[in-house]
Amino acid sequence: MSRLAVARAIAAALALAASIAFILVAPHWDKVGDIKGAQMGTYFIAIVGLNIVTGYTGQISLAQGAFMAIGGYTTAFLVTHGVRDLWTIPVAALVAGAFGFLLGIPALRLSGLYLALVTFGLAVAMPDLIAWDKLSSVTKGGQSIQLFGSKHLLGQGFNSVTVLGHSTSFNRAVYYLTWAIALVLFVVAWLFLRGRPGRAFRAVRDSEIAAASSGVHIAAYKTLAFAIGAAYAGVAGSLLVIAVAFADPQSFPAKLSLTILVGAVIAGLGSMWGVLLGAAFVEFLPVVSVHVSKSQGVPDAIYGAALILIVLLLPAGIAGGLKRAASPLTTRLYTRS
Amino acid sequence: MTELLQQIVAGLSSGSIYALLALGIVIIYRSTGVVNFAQGEMATFTTFIAWTLVDHGVGYWGAFGLTILIALVGGIALERIVVRPVEGKPVINGVILTIGLFILFGGLSNWIWKAEVRSFPPSRPFPTSAWNLGGVAVSKQDAGILAVTLVLMVLLWLLFRYTKLGLALSASALSPTASRLVGIRVGWMLGLGWGLAAAIGAVAGLFTAAAAPPLDPNMMRPVLIYAFAAAVVGGLESPIGAVVGGLLIGVVLNLISTYDTHLHLDLDRVRLPIALALILLVLLARPTGLFGKQVVRRV
Amino acid sequence: MAPLLDLEDVHARYGSVQALGGVSLSVGEGEVVAVLGGNGAGKTTTLRAISGLVTTSGRVRFAGERLPRAPEGVARAGIAHVPEGRGIFEELSVDENLRLGAYLRRGGFAESYERVCGHFPWLERRGAQQAGTLSGGEQQMLAIARALMSRPRLLMLDEPSLGLAPIVVREIFRILGDLNENEGLSILVVEQNATLALRSSSRAYVLEVGQVALEGPSSELAENESVRKSYLGY
Repeated sequence: MSRLAVARAIAAALALAASIAFILVAPHWDKVGDIKGAQMGTYFIAIVGLNIVTGYTGQISLAQGAFMAIGGYTTAFLVTHGVRDLWTIPVAALVAGAFGFLLGIPALRLSGLYLALVTFGLAVAMPDLIAWDKLSSVTKGGQSIQLFGSKHLLGQGFNSVTVLGHSTSFNRAVYYLTWAIALVLFVVAWLFLRGRPGRAFRAVRDSEIAAASSGVHIAAYKTLAFAIGAAYAGVAGSLLVIAVAFADPQSFPAKLSLTILVGAVIAGLGSMWGVLLGAAFVEFLPVVSVHVSKSQGVPDAIYGAALILIVLLLPAGIAGGLKRAASPLTTRLYTRS
Repeated sequence: MTELLQQIVAGLSSGSIYALLALGIVIIYRSTGVVNFAQGEMATFTTFIAWTLVDHGVGYWGAFGLTILIALVGGIALERIVVRPVEGKPVINGVILTIGLFILFGGLSNWIWKAEVRSFPPSRPFPTSAWNLGGVAVSKQDAGILAVTLVLMVLLWLLFRYTKLGLALSASALSPTASRLVGIRVGWMLGLGWGLAAAIGAVAGLFTAAAAPPLDPNMMRPVLIYAFAAAVVGGLESPIGAVVGGLLIGVVLNLISTYDTHLHLDLDRVRLPIALALILLVLLARPTGLFGKQVVRRV
Repeated sequence: MAPLLDLEDVHARYGSVQALGGVSLSVGEGEVVAVLGGNGAGKTTTLRAISGLVTTSGRVRFAGERLPRAPEGVARAGIAHVPEGRGIFEELSVDENLRLGAYLRRGGFAESYERVCGHFPWLERRGAQQAGTLSGGEQQMLAIARALMSRPRLLMLDEPSLGLAPIVVREIFRILGDLNENEGLSILVVEQNATLALRSSSRAYVLEVGQVALEGPSSELAENESVRKSYLGY
């Protein structure tokens, strides 16, 4: 193994160890706490999912929050119909993933810009869709689905829970559950992306023509990426619902999709290692920004400014550091003197 | 029948607002190749500026005009400083940048003016009474909004079709280098595109606040989606398409709401998903929109 | 008499790659000057340097004054550049392309239009046609027509013969010769087709690796041993 590879492996191992240490310590730090920590974990999972779709295959998806809604409501529905909450998580992943696959098919025909438009529309329209009368048998319309007190929920949502022989509070249990799943999903994604699928994904992102001519089945990989990304979001949504023990249309507003996008951009699209940073940023910025002003708009103003600055200062990083070879004519045309 | 006509007129009025916003989106797209996701939030922001002006004693129409000017200048500045660097770059850069602007302007509106809802004191642009045209009640406000919108459209059409400036704007959008070789100051053209779009957006925002008071920071969120639908239906490159699309969507959505009471499909609740479905359908069936030009390129 | 266009020790680079390493050339009023050279010699870069499309150092003077460094300013000064790839607006109509050619002229469009249609009569008939649907030769003629609409003092052409059938090329060069003789238009033409270029010009420069390797009257260069071997093929 070359020295560079060894150095990178060590750096990766250290980062992993530091992350795990942080995760174990965090809830004891009162600035973080169980609830915020768990929420950060759900963002983490959703961001990894978005990274797979947008960072790795280059398909712009602004609807991650909408898939979270699908996963979250799957869990809510199942728990109220007698399924143990933990078992609903994989189901939520499958259901959200299925919808992701369904969206991935028409997405094949949409250029990046149009896909962004459609997914943006989906994110904005999702709360209304959830509140639709015609779906109320599943979603209970505009009313919230309460899981609090359900015997199928860990500790009924408020009691202490026994985990591996130790008794912890509900919030703490949720925290560990979330991060355990987050870690597993992260490693799975990392392994998956390191291998042939990951290279295929990147090939699709960088040049569809080149990828196709090297035998990569573009359509399959693109829809697969969508499905996986949505599945991850489904898990995140599911965990979110479990954590707060209820679900309603306003749990998954358009803003959620955009917040996850901010996290993914901060993390560095197409790179897995910044995700922790991205999740921390979107979770804790509102907490920190209170020192600037108590106004509601401040975190948003900063999120927005952060996105703009990153695009302006690190344009290559947006597309995952891709060396998109602009055609020679384009390069010439945009030479500025 | 009179009910139908009334609803159509009302639909045209809200459709005018969608058309205005859609037109701004198309102008920006044609000139700089970027879809401005922040079009709605910028409109809200300028509407709040207008509110501040009125609050400080400026008359309504004076504030209206001043706001349009501010928006024009602001749009030019925005393009030259913030948007220029992403033009010609991969699509995702522009998307993330304008989403960033979306979030930023939304946050600024909230921060500066707080999340309280407020009305435009004390005046409204148009009287709230209605005319009776052969039994059909046409609200003066609806008529006013429609009229101003149509006048603006005609002015813009004249600009693009018959003036040197308009041709230069189109050329700059199509080929910056060739335009520069011909002597066009492309930088200013691109800025002007954004300036025009921001000004048109300001009008849309002001009308939205007038049509559906009170003034609330989230008011343009659904309007943006309807505007996207209008722009897509018309073809992202066609200003006329955007206008026709906007009016059409306004009317259709209004009729859906009205007649839903008979259908019991709760369609009123899902206007946004309907608009979304429309967007998806048009993009899959006819990506260049109903009015888009099929550009032929000889290789 | 001072030359109309005067380049002195012009350097140009694309990023870290130097494309021109000190080129000096001139075009006199009413002259047709050719620039020859193989691929990558810097011919296109020379024109782009004059037009301000690439960063340069060195002196570029036009009509006795420093030429502005931005393309818009260069056009304003009276230089019309028909670039590689023709630079027409494919999505616009023939008419609109010509209108854009006259962008800098305040009025007088009709007069310019008439003159230009005198050289290319078919333009009138096909005014509404989308420029991108024209044939290669027609596009090249449209590009030249568009350049002429601004009544330039100097016309610069980058490889006008590229990809065109010989008969079309002959026609184009005939028109260029006409413009030079009858209207005194100064022309700077970059060409890979050396035979044609030397026949149509009074003076020529041969560029190699971003520098002027040879210069002189075209008739002399056509007889020059190394020019014949490298560029004329005999």
